[in-house]
Amino acid sequence: MGQTIIEKIIARNIGRDRVRPGEIVTVNVDRVMLDDIMMPFIVSKFHEMGFERVWDPDKVVLIYDHLVPASQLDDIRHYKVGDEFARNYGIRHVHRSDGICHQLMTEAGYVKPGDVVFGTDSHTTTYGCVGAFSTGIGYTEMAGILGTGKLWVRVPETIKIVIDGELASNVMSKDVILTVIGDLGADGATYKALEFVGSAIDRMTISSRMTMANMAIEAGAKCALFTPDLKTADYCGTELDSFQKALVGDEEGNYCKVLTYRAEEFVPVMACPSQVDKIRAVSQLDGIPIDQVFLGSCTNGRLEDLVAAAKVLEGKKVAPYVKMIVTPASRKVYEEASARGVLQKLAEAGAIITHPGCGLCCGRTGGILCDGERVVATNNRNFLGRMGTSKVEIYLASPAVAAACAAAGKIISP
Amino acid sequence: MEEFTGNIWVLGDDIDTDIIIPTEYLALETIEEMKQYAFSPLRPELAGKITAGDIIVAGKNFGCGSSREQAPEVLKALGIRCIVAKSFARIFFRNSINNGLLLIEQPDLHDHAEEGEEICVRVNREITCGGMTYPIASLPDNLVEILQAGGLVKAMRRRNGLAD
Repeated sequence: MGQTIIEKIIARNIGRDRVRPGEIVTVNVDRVMLDDIMMPFIVSKFHEMGFERVWDPDKVVLIYDHLVPASQLDDIRHYKVGDEFARNYGIRHVHRSDGICHQLMTEAGYVKPGDVVFGTDSHTTTYGCVGAFSTGIGYTEMAGILGTGKLWVRVPETIKIVIDGELASNVMSKDVILTVIGDLGADGATYKALEFVGSAIDRMTISSRMTMANMAIEAGAKCALFTPDLKTADYCGTELDSFQKALVGDEEGNYCKVLTYRAEEFVPVMACPSQVDKIRAVSQLDGIPIDQVFLGSCTNGRLEDLVAAAKVLEGKKVAPYVKMIVTPASRKVYEEASARGVLQKLAEAGAIITHPGCGLCCGRTGGILCDGERVVATNNRNFLGRMGTSKVEIYLASPAVAAACAAAGKIISP
Repeated sequence: MEEFTGNIWVLGDDIDTDIIIPTEYLALETIEEMKQYAFSPLRPELAGKITAGDIIVAGKNFGCGSSREQAPEVLKALGIRCIVAKSFARIFFRNSINNGLLLIEQPDLHDHAEEGEEICVRVNREITCGGMTYPIASLPDNLVEILQAGGLVKAMRRRNGLAD
């Protein structure tokens, strides 16, 4: 019997030849990500547990993103608690205004293929884009890892998703993952790993794969995995070793389900209010008026996303009654988009460019909406009340669709 | 075998953690301040009505969404004794056990239970409600250990040689 990627990663991590789905094992943690919202709770649990030192301060990354810059006075306490903890326990990797945690973890080189990584945010699944096992946990478990460097996990079953062929020019990886989530359902992959393969996946950039790994949690998945390739090695600034090269799902692997798609069949889609698995073709929603567009987040706030939106907006203006908010995922994305004139183009089209960070995705900083308003957004969740009141309608879409909607002032295909 | 009764609140499928406790209240300093906002996007009156010992009965995928551990913590602070759902999202499941909040998966109860009814839970065995009996599975040993310790903090304190 062959092995799936997650089985290979966990087996190697615990020094075994193989593991089986359903087994409960204790893994050695390669890296952890702590975010600003959870910091005061992590610290108080760490002290309550009675730990005197952090197991390995260099494996800890502290990132302020949800609450940057502060929009409520309470936010500042989170920075103070975080800074004090970092100082007292020798944590050197601290990012105070560099962008969203999930963007920085791979962009700044903290995660390598085959690593085992945990973070206090559900979208920690993102690092599967480079072939790492990464998933979100709560602050109590994080406090436990900070003291021990270990965590128990149940080896997940794997769902294989095969996508061969070439995507249409108006289709982005966001449309692909939204379609897959619609097919699986919001709980269709609960406790399971997703493994993405096929020629369409091979063609994708790391950024596009990141969008898909990021949203795996929206189908309930524990993690999402992509086989590391030359693009991965280049992105991570490393050469793949023999273990990393072997992170391929075996043909005769133990898959609990296989979904097969032709890339040519994907069309631009949206997740309609207020469920991430309520997927409709954009063409079915044509003409619905909108009030705002949000282009950003750890799902779709990267350079290729901003470029895609700028291309759609070329020679056009954002509709006069629409506010288009653009939030680059990181300082690096911001700088590159600025250097290439992409921010200029978006601004000239009428977009509001904000500082890098989580921004409106979690309903913080600028751009919240009120009852009856409608927003097309490129982030990962359209839950009730996420961007203002519970009567705001959030439609999730790709950057290209979002930009087309901004110019039209209504839902429209790119 | 542990046995208890409680009045139930019935909620639907996919109750996400943004509903259980919205992001805008996560920076409040204590769980006590936060708990009044539980379920506010869906049922703003609910937090004020829940009394200690009540039980939540829900559909599938309870606790989906973000990793915020404040979600099980506010439910525990409101006095919720346990949650019975068709299924739970995985991070919420771990967070609840780590805070000593009992979760029970039961596929059929939700289809028959009515809000306000009293149910009886016999842990690792069955639930009775309206004259019907619903079987429940046992939890894995490693989770029982954490629950029995009273949550992960207490389990770690024991590991570190400290008193509860």
